[in-house]
Amino acid sequence: MNPYIANTPEDVRLMLEAVGARSIDDLFVDIQPRHAPRSFDLPEGLSEYEVVRHLNDLSLKNMVGPVPFIGGGYYDHYVPAACQALIARGEFYTAYTPYQPECAQGTLQALFEFQSCICALTGMDVANASLYEGGTALYEAMMMALRITGRNRVVIDSGVSPIYRKILKSYTHSLNIEFIETPVLHGQGDRSAINKVLDGATAAVILQNPNFFGAIDDHADIAAKAHACGALLIESVYPVSLGLLKTPAEMGADIVTGEGQSLGLPLNFGGPYLGFIAARKKYIRQMPGRIVGETVDAQGRRCFVNTLQAREQHIRREKATSNICTNVALCATQAAIFMSLVGKEGLKDLAQLNCDKAEFLKSRLAMIKGVEVKRSSPTFNEFTVCLSRSANDVVERMMMRGFAAGFPLGRYYDGMDNYLLIAVTEKRTRAELDGYAKALEEVLRA
Amino acid sequence: MNLIFEQSVAGRRGVKLPVSDVPVKAVLPSRYLRACAAQWPEVSELDVVRHFTRLSQRNFSVDANFYPLGSCTMKYNPKFTEKVAGMSGFADLHPLLPQLKGGEKYAQGALEVLYECERWLCAITGMKAYTMQPLAGAHGELTGIMLMAAYHKAKGNTKKKFVIVPDSAHGTNPASAAVAGYSIISVPSDKRGVMDLEKLKGVLTDEVAGLMMTCPDTHGVFNPQIDEIARLIHSVDGIMYYDGANLNAILGRARPGDLGFDVVHLNLHKTFATPHGGGGPGSGPVGVSGKLEPFLPVSRVMKRSDGVFALNYDYPDSIGYIASFYGAFGIILRAYAYMLILGREGLKQTADHAVLNANYLLHKLKPYYQVAFDRVCMHECLFSASRQLERGVHAIDIAKFLIDRNIHPPTVYFPLTVKEAIMIEPTETESRATLDEFAAAMIEAAALVKSSPDVFHSFPATMPISRPDEVKAAREMKVNFFARPDAR
Repeated sequence: MNPYIANTPEDVRLMLEAVGARSIDDLFVDIQPRHAPRSFDLPEGLSEYEVVRHLNDLSLKNMVGPVPFIGGGYYDHYVPAACQALIARGEFYTAYTPYQPECAQGTLQALFEFQSCICALTGMDVANASLYEGGTALYEAMMMALRITGRNRVVIDSGVSPIYRKILKSYTHSLNIEFIETPVLHGQGDRSAINKVLDGATAAVILQNPNFFGAIDDHADIAAKAHACGALLIESVYPVSLGLLKTPAEMGADIVTGEGQSLGLPLNFGGPYLGFIAARKKYIRQMPGRIVGETVDAQGRRCFVNTLQAREQHIRREKATSNICTNVALCATQAAIFMSLVGKEGLKDLAQLNCDKAEFLKSRLAMIKGVEVKRSSPTFNEFTVCLSRSANDVVERMMMRGFAAGFPLGRYYDGMDNYLLIAVTEKRTRAELDGYAKALEEVLRA
Repeated sequence: MNLIFEQSVAGRRGVKLPVSDVPVKAVLPSRYLRACAAQWPEVSELDVVRHFTRLSQRNFSVDANFYPLGSCTMKYNPKFTEKVAGMSGFADLHPLLPQLKGGEKYAQGALEVLYECERWLCAITGMKAYTMQPLAGAHGELTGIMLMAAYHKAKGNTKKKFVIVPDSAHGTNPASAAVAGYSIISVPSDKRGVMDLEKLKGVLTDEVAGLMMTCPDTHGVFNPQIDEIARLIHSVDGIMYYDGANLNAILGRARPGDLGFDVVHLNLHKTFATPHGGGGPGSGPVGVSGKLEPFLPVSRVMKRSDGVFALNYDYPDSIGYIASFYGAFGIILRAYAYMLILGREGLKQTADHAVLNANYLLHKLKPYYQVAFDRVCMHECLFSASRQLERGVHAIDIAKFLIDRNIHPPTVYFPLTVKEAIMIEPTETESRATLDEFAAAMIEAAALVKSSPDVFHSFPATMPISRPDEVKAAREMKVNFFARPDAR
């Protein structure tokens, strides 16, 4: 029995009669016997309770108990209850792309407010209504820069998330794009290495702030150099950090992207997440994805529509700026709710709190024998330490003491097996931070 | 309605943050700090709740309205899957945990969901292996085309330049192939609504990398010659690409793998009932036959001989990373829950009733609207408003009439092959009574076209807004409340 089908046997009889068919099989006349499945070997359906129970059992096999200090671009921030409560309204989550604006003003206005909040956060002029996630958003930004400049070389700093760099490499593999990775020096982008490769063939320089090691920087000098060569500056950013940090616009960035998970989305084992992209106004026509614009209706009332659709695949097909169709509207709506709840002053306080707690842990860890805190650059809420032994082993032992201690950088960086990346959010209490320091001290002493 | 920014009052707060319990106040060097605070609104929690509740009330949705949007499969989204997705063991799980050394042990439940979901999809579609990573249908398409390219490259076949798509294809098909570096050949449909086989033969050369199609296609027709098309494409070592947008019609009746397709993308938000979310998040897993399996993206989920689930990155021919993690996990979880509750029979009934409902509407409306292709349809029925256009009424006008009847309009002006197209996909979850109400509204519209065609331009009249000025929106490009007039 299928609980989501309303037709009764009597309905089916009447409908077949209306259609003039003897059986439902008659309606599948074009699927001929030679097209039949070789097998359709699946279990019988379960009851709702049985499915919920089974999946609850599976959920309990996952380890969410240890106090989390893992970040790497994805953070354990508190999500206010109102976010989930509002997003759970069927009017939001069971609607689709606002093709008919008169009956979709809710989604459209929420997305316009999302775009505006992203512009306010980054200082940029325009933003779209979201992309899949931070990594693919960076790929779209790179493709945008290639289209704008008509060039085919990209310079990327190794402080950009190694996961994002792998994504860019996969997509550009077959497209004749020269991809130059420059090293990190004292935790920050290496100016001389970047300057050496930056020339009139470069489409864009790609940087991240804070970078994967947690270091913060001011990229204004690199922006100036890039612009002098006719190249663009692309910045990947962590939204919560912008409560304090210099905006990409202030640094001179042309395109800004990022992962919006920290704007009120759960960790969700990697998705759904929220990519965002913002840019200077003159580049809006090269921006991919849905963009919501303000207009008026026939009576002159303010309203919102999907605009600049002439860029998009359903109009332009193979000549479109991107193949993107829908994005992550519900995640963007959730972020809009989060940003409204947190507000202007709340964002500053939230960012300060994250930074304070991380600084506190940093100072505690600096006193432990076998821990070297990397202090060459200031950090926001995530920082790198060098341990006296393998970070993998330390993490394993910390797990037994109830702490997910951080992310070992050796996973993605050669020669960094003893380096650990530690993230601290507003959720970590003094007791947890003290407990972490104590446990680490024990582990390193053992 | 006001924007949230227009309700902002200095000093209002919508969330109470913890008070700092550490004796540190970090002071960063001023050159790293922003000059002024981000202009997020200053509102109370009630302000936010009331604002977004009111916004939600300005939407049509499956929960409140019949939503027969063709090609989008707007079926009912079961509530229990939301409950499952919210379970803390899934929702609070950090994606980097299994990337710790030996870390798979921390995510066994989640990895099992991914592994089992792949196995279900293999059985449903007849493919050898899946990647759950693509984050939407179009993302799946791009991944599938990259797999196609990797296959030709591995064989040293540098001649492959073209991807064939039917003229009835979704716009994403040619766009995805073009993004991956291919040129497009569009093949027209014949009078019966299916790809013209002779025209296909005319463009088939060994420069053809592959063919992308939906099956049934966007005309709502299952192409009985699909096996012949597959034979032709394979004769030039081309790849058969299945766009799974319309899989709902053939669940349990046919499998893309058995029909000769080499690569498949599915839309979990269509066939497997995950919510459309006002335009995403979606999920577009990609399945492949054996010859494309070596190229699948990493990571891949495997089950070791000791029964432990693990991530495997060791595939030297892989196209690499196509997304940061393992897919839109929360969406995959909902789809898996849906498959578990339906099981074999439930999935088959889904296709049966989706097709029955579409044929019922086809017959009810045939006397009043021009049928695009007069034959049995699959999960959607396709009309043209050509008769109505003779009286000056367009497909969009009929769509706006339906909005005033609290019905979300069908897809209009797609596919591009049919003038004034009206594409209706009722899905299996709607009752005969709902279909009758919809048919009555459509018939009323047809009658009104005859009696007073001039009234249509005033529809919709019952919504918070009337028809928007789209030209003004595109000209002024106001996409940011805070836009500075001097922005360049």
